[in-house]
Amino acid sequence: MSLHDPFDPKTTISNCNCGHHDSQTQHDIAMAGADAEALNSRVLQTTVMRALFPKDAERRKFLSAVGASTAWAAISSLIPFGTLEAMAQDKGSLEKKDLKIGFIPITCASPLIMADPLGFYKKQGLNVTVVKTAGWALIRDKVQNREYDASHMLAPMPIAMSMGVGSNPMPINVATIQNTNGQAITLHVKHKDKRDPKMWKGFKFAVPFEFSMHNFLLRYYVAEHGLDPDKDIQIRVVPPPEMVANLRAGNLDGYLGPDPFNQRAVYDEVGFLHILSKELWDGHPCCSFGVPADFVKQNPNTFAALYRAILTAAAMARDPKNRPLMAEVLSPANYLNQPKTVLEQVLTGKYADGLGGVKNVPDRADFDPFPWYSMAVWILSQMKRWGYIKGEVRYKDIAEKVYLLTDARKRMAEIGMAAPKADYQKFKVMGKEFDFNKPDAYIDSFAIKRT
Amino acid sequence: MRSIKLKAAVISLLLFLLFIGAWHMATLPKESTSLAGANAEYAALMGKGAEKSGGFPPPLEVGQAFVKYLADPFYDHGPNDKGIAIQLGHSLARVGLGFFLAVLVAVPLGFVIGMSPLLLRAFDPFIQVLKPISPLAWMPLALYTLKDSNVSGIFVIFICSIWPMLINTAFGVASVRRDWINVARTLEVNPLRKAFLVILPAAAPTILTGMRISMGIAWLVIVAAEMLVGGTGIGYFVWNEWNNLALPNVIFAITMIGVVGMLLDMIFGRLQQLVTYRE
Repeated sequence: MSLHDPFDPKTTISNCNCGHHDSQTQHDIAMAGADAEALNSRVLQTTVMRALFPKDAERRKFLSAVGASTAWAAISSLIPFGTLEAMAQDKGSLEKKDLKIGFIPITCASPLIMADPLGFYKKQGLNVTVVKTAGWALIRDKVQNREYDASHMLAPMPIAMSMGVGSNPMPINVATIQNTNGQAITLHVKHKDKRDPKMWKGFKFAVPFEFSMHNFLLRYYVAEHGLDPDKDIQIRVVPPPEMVANLRAGNLDGYLGPDPFNQRAVYDEVGFLHILSKELWDGHPCCSFGVPADFVKQNPNTFAALYRAILTAAAMARDPKNRPLMAEVLSPANYLNQPKTVLEQVLTGKYADGLGGVKNVPDRADFDPFPWYSMAVWILSQMKRWGYIKGEVRYKDIAEKVYLLTDARKRMAEIGMAAPKADYQKFKVMGKEFDFNKPDAYIDSFAIKRT
Repeated sequence: MRSIKLKAAVISLLLFLLFIGAWHMATLPKESTSLAGANAEYAALMGKGAEKSGGFPPPLEVGQAFVKYLADPFYDHGPNDKGIAIQLGHSLARVGLGFFLAVLVAVPLGFVIGMSPLLLRAFDPFIQVLKPISPLAWMPLALYTLKDSNVSGIFVIFICSIWPMLINTAFGVASVRRDWINVARTLEVNPLRKAFLVILPAAAPTILTGMRISMGIAWLVIVAAEMLVGGTGIGYFVWNEWNNLALPNVIFAITMIGVVGMLLDMIFGRLQQLVTYRE
């Protein structure tokens, strides 16, 4: 990453390479997104230099004449860069600095975990403790108890919690989606010849939680193949970290679970990857970054800082060339506690499938943070389809209340991430188009449903 | 007497060696399996050739885990990865606090119940129903009402250690020899003096037996509770290593749980000897 130094007579500071940004420096921030603090001060210096020398040619002439270090000394004696920097950093004082954030040890949580060892929280002035948690029910309880200020949650959890389905109602917001794709259906090795879902009658499957994409996608998948998920197969809730052990013990025939536990089953030679969730719905959300609505209201500046830290991490996680580094920082016992090679296979998409083949799917896991309203509407449609919610559902109202799309767009702009212009989009799940304007018609179009 | 001790020690040692030997033989590495046909890249991704947990770990691997964790028992690599001594410390603190609270409730209450046959009968149905409930069954209720996972853990310890103490205290107090109470009555000792100088010393061994049983149960339960709630403690350590299917570390943790449990039991055994009156 090259920083364009405004004190370098050879660079121009009028426009950037790509032409989308006001200056080369802002372009660099947008491209890198990582070393925000250093870049911030660069932006500030550039602004000041631009004010002093409205014509770029003059700045260059001046710098070549006196030398960059002399110029720096002269100008910084007049202009308190340090104070200005502090002011630019301090976008409103933080209401709360010590935060506790819960996570489940799965790769879905990568952005919020890696923000800790890579110092993204600290850069925003936050002192965050990321706490490993044993299961999703416990995450829900600890958020409701206010033990956690914010937490890694499954994308449907904030919707269910806000509506009071499966718990007391408590308004939770989705600040960002944590990850997209990155799940898979893993089957026990003894089922190698049963690749057709029609042969799965009587199978015992696990999903991490009732209100999870895993549950909805598994139900969707088997139902498309003519099996009733409530009658023909058994779906149990098993915390992700316990899935491999249960598969090995023969308690389960398979699971639609989060990585690294799909790849881990392959690595331990107890399972194989039947299908990646990406092949069901490419770009589906999985986990989200959930924050109680009253925390957002009471701590707007802290929330904004937290937002920037998470998004910075997401921006970094999206870049394929950072994936090996991520595997490295996530593998210690304090975070995911998994062999590095397993995480690498999940994150880089070059993996052993458990059937003797090596596959290369670079977008096996991705970390697009944008919380599309249409995702929430699909989740609600499936909650209704399977009878978790009954009666008339005001899909869009709920989606727009729970998913903080406008905030996400604003914060993404702040750190120079490109955000989509639309609020809703159409997408396909197993080849069938979902129209966010007609969720009820969508539900009615399925043969197997509980309505 | 001494020769018996010595012989027993020798036999213990032999049993241990026999066990390790059998374990070693049972976990000898087998010829590398099935992957011979697959290509090298696949084998590398499956972790072949590298060190990897495959099946039940041999004693040597477990020994390495012992050395690794005992060499640095106080390390702290962040909130989710702490040394074994710190984890045990967290567990012992939870057990200690829960147990202490249980003593505060159970001993006075047991005393009162034991002294009055009427109350003994009145309380009996409640004790009989509550006693057999698995302490972990309280966990969801505790989490929901107490709204704090750490306090819930302590509550679970409290609720599981209260019953043996309560029952033993009541039984001990109720079965103090009538002669002693009659002597006290003849001497017109006031009730408080009678309670502390006659009944308490007489019932102390039974009360301590109750405490010893309670402590044993509390130590059993804390591991399960921490596996459920996570965060810190030896139970969390087991759970975290289970996630990684790192069996050597799990075996190490199991051994530590056993050793600490034994030490706790020995402490109460000593206390029991101290208060036992020999006629």
